[in-house]
Amino acid sequence: MDTLIRRRLLLLAPLAVAAGAGGAATALLVRMQEGRYDPHALPSMLVGKKVPAFDLPGQPPSAGFSAADITAQGQPGLVNFFASWCVPCAQEAPALAALQRGGVRIWGIAYKDAPEATTRFLDRYGDPYVRVARDAAGTVGIDFGLYGVPESFLVDPTGVVRWRWTGGLSADLVRQDLLPRLRSLS
Amino acid sequence: MRRALATSAVLLALTGGARAVSDPGEMLPNPVQERRAEALGEQLRCLVCQNESVEQSDADLAKDLRRIIRQRVAAGDTDSQVVGWMVARYGDFIRLNPPFKPMTAVLWGAPVIAVAIGAGAALLARRRPNAPPAPLSEAERQRLAELLER
Amino acid sequence: MTPELGHFALALAVALAGAQAVLPLWGAQRRDPRLMAAAPALALGQLIALATAYGCLIASAVADDFSVLGIAQYSSSIEPLFYKVTGTWGNHEGSILLWCLILAICGGVVGLFGRNLPSALRARVIGVLGFTSAGFLLFALTVSNPFARIWPPPVEGQNINPLLQDPGLAIHPPILYAGYVGFAIPFAFAVAALLEGRVDAAWGRWVRPWTLASWCLLTGGIALGSWWAYYELGWGGYWFWDPVENASLLPWLTGTALLHSAIVVEKREALKIWTILLAIGTFSLSLSGTFMVRSGLLNSVHSFATDPTRGVFILVLLALVIGGSLLLFALRAPVLAPAGLFAPVSREGALVLNNILLCSIAAVVLTGTAYPPMAELVFGAKLSVGPPYFHDTVLPLAAPLFAAMSLGPVLPWKRADLGAALMKLWWAALAAALVGIAAGVGVHQAFAALGFTAAAWLILGAFAELVSRVRLLRQPWRASRARLGAQPLAVWGAAVAHAGLGVTIAGIAGMALASSAVVAVKPGQTVAVGGYDWTLLGLHDAPGPNYASREADLRVTRNGEPVALLHPSRHNFAAQRQTVSDTSIVTNGLRDLYAVLGDQRDGTVVLRLHVNLLAPWIWLGALVMAIGGLLSLADRRLRVGAPSRRQRAAEAVAAE
Repeated sequence: MDTLIRRRLLLLAPLAVAAGAGGAATALLVRMQEGRYDPHALPSMLVGKKVPAFDLPGQPPSAGFSAADITAQGQPGLVNFFASWCVPCAQEAPALAALQRGGVRIWGIAYKDAPEATTRFLDRYGDPYVRVARDAAGTVGIDFGLYGVPESFLVDPTGVVRWRWTGGLSADLVRQDLLPRLRSLS
Repeated sequence: MRRALATSAVLLALTGGARAVSDPGEMLPNPVQERRAEALGEQLRCLVCQNESVEQSDADLAKDLRRIIRQRVAAGDTDSQVVGWMVARYGDFIRLNPPFKPMTAVLWGAPVIAVAIGAGAALLARRRPNAPPAPLSEAERQRLAELLER
Repeated sequence: MTPELGHFALALAVALAGAQAVLPLWGAQRRDPRLMAAAPALALGQLIALATAYGCLIASAVADDFSVLGIAQYSSSIEPLFYKVTGTWGNHEGSILLWCLILAICGGVVGLFGRNLPSALRARVIGVLGFTSAGFLLFALTVSNPFARIWPPPVEGQNINPLLQDPGLAIHPPILYAGYVGFAIPFAFAVAALLEGRVDAAWGRWVRPWTLASWCLLTGGIALGSWWAYYELGWGGYWFWDPVENASLLPWLTGTALLHSAIVVEKREALKIWTILLAIGTFSLSLSGTFMVRSGLLNSVHSFATDPTRGVFILVLLALVIGGSLLLFALRAPVLAPAGLFAPVSREGALVLNNILLCSIAAVVLTGTAYPPMAELVFGAKLSVGPPYFHDTVLPLAAPLFAAMSLGPVLPWKRADLGAALMKLWWAALAAALVGIAAGVGVHQAFAALGFTAAAWLILGAFAELVSRVRLLRQPWRASRARLGAQPLAVWGAAVAHAGLGVTIAGIAGMALASSAVVAVKPGQTVAVGGYDWTLLGLHDAPGPNYASREADLRVTRNGEPVALLHPSRHNFAAQRQTVSDTSIVTNGLRDLYAVLGDQRDGTVVLRLHVNLLAPWIWLGALVMAIGGLLSLADRRLRVGAPSRRQRAAEAVAAE
């Protein structure tokens, strides 16, 4: 190759690198605006795997439940971690209530919450749960890969986690994402 | 700003701001194990903070993870077993020390690649030969002959 | 009224910057002396307009004008005056305006002090600066306006993040930005040289003072940021390899390479392409760093209000400035023919090695910082890259760099005898080895021992060139001392700066030996940490202007002798419902006693106590490095080389 051409190509290299970086940055910015990129969000490691084994005590007056209980009747279930000190949990209560009225079995786990506070929360915002258990130490939450509340996990009849959502469920989300998946599982 | 907080998941910690000290009651009685646990904690990311390790952070989740690290170290797990336990639940994101995978080849190879490129460029620059002068035209050759005769 | 005046001044500055961008470059292209001569005036005009704008912003903040949106969001009337002023750059819009102001100062300074430059070069430099200014000012005026109003104005401001109410953090942005933005001047010189098609020894000499000044400021800015993190964040850490910290380190690394490369251009007219590329690259890294931090693409402790639409504007700006200059580089650089040849073992060769290693370190830091978003884009995987990665990759590259740093200055130009050069350093090598062995035996910690070895090698080796120049011990002392006085300041500057790095490395090594403990004590109890006895005397309230606070009194003694009194406290800011710990540090220059107050419950108080060995040396070393830079800057030779008046008149006539 002619020396001069080789030199010119070498000198174009910095521009090429910068252009590549710029292109990548643009792509990321676009994705961020579309909501497809969030540096803080963490995808769930559980999706596609079986629900981790656990057995938690109940939040009175409910009985506790274990991983096996969720799938005992061969139906899909939604495991919902919540707490009385969590504002979005209160905000998603109507969406959960609507799901329950629609026949979805929701299993509640009160995460690092005092029993009296949980009772007050359920009295105030409603109790859409089949059963409510208490994860006082937060260990089961960590087994689920929890890093905030509320988080909801869709479990299929065989006990495999199919979908996870961090944050409160909204009516839109339920309609667009959750209900279609539930229908495909039943 | 408040709306943003309300519609996203409540993070289990204050982000930035409070830097309270951790609890001496957390520490393991065996100093060797405690140091191992601390070293492990520095390798794991606090997931609800901005770029802090589990050991540094004061978030609730970080406290829980520190406790679990110490439990597992005391139970006899090796370092890679403890890290593996965390990764099984939270993915590679929790490792501040990125794993060695084909995907991180460029990352871990960066020092060698960078030096190789730099050294290569320097060598290429040296070995570039100066272009030979263009051949003389007829008129120039005659002039050269005249000059040489003098 | 004041905000409107400021807004108008900002718009005026945009117009002037536009003129500054177009007219001088056109004049230089057409060799029109009047247009070229207009450059300094335009630059000064833009500076005055922008200074007025910023002054109006400060005036509004001091007057508690909450009709200005930024002031309403980030200030409050109960804030101390100092923080009202410094808070103007504590938020996104204000900091962009500060950035633009410093860029305008750069243009003005070149206009004022660049009188010894040929008019075409000066016009081009100012023109390029104007182009960059215009871009950022347009950004500030349109989507990032610090004078945006809110109506009706709230009664009280929302007060800035209490973490920002700190003297160190308050002055950290201006100094850091001065360093960051200061590299725009070497960048402008590089682009001007490419436009002119000529890089010669004179260019190398002219570009150096500006590079030195920016480098000094950036060194200071980074050190300040690190020191702030140390005393404010209460963890005893001083560098976290956070993306924003890395964004400031990258231009420092390439800027250091640029500084050294420019020497070779000046002395030997070689390494021209490297130097031009480094000048463009350093400022490009500054700009990209700004973008990365404000875009929200990265996970960082330095949270700015992130807005993707702003990200797009900045990206376009970067594409124009960086892409344009690199394209110009690709087109024009081939004509820059080197004049000097050199052997691989020579001072030039050492400087090439220096360039390669510094740029490799920069490449690694950049890779590590950018990898998480890139991995997600390309592989869809979520990764973290944290301090362990950077330690494992940067240290192996830094080690050969430190080794070569003391060797380079004693090598002669063009061709050197390695053996003879090493002989000049034998005493430094011996001392370093002894220090290393002593440290290894004494502290049983490999990292610290190696660190002390490197520090000794750097500090002693830094003066090896001076020692050989004054022929110490080979001549009577009087003769040596006379020679010493005659040494140019630049030689002193280099020696001091290299030694400064050694001091910082010693500090880092010492910190690796720090002792710390977390204890829960009752008042009156004593604990032993790090060889000292710490006694909690008691707790009391200590309210401040906008916070409530609990303060602990700690007495530190050693073998019964009182050493210090520490007062760590926790401030509770009612307005933001945040609690901030105020660390208490007492230093004697060789070690820091460091205490942080934690929770209080059931009568016991949780305290974190540290004895940080040699911690002050980390920042002392940076100060020494900056002093070395200033010494070099003060070298008369950098200012001599201005053509005399008669010559300039002749040149002006010839150009026509």
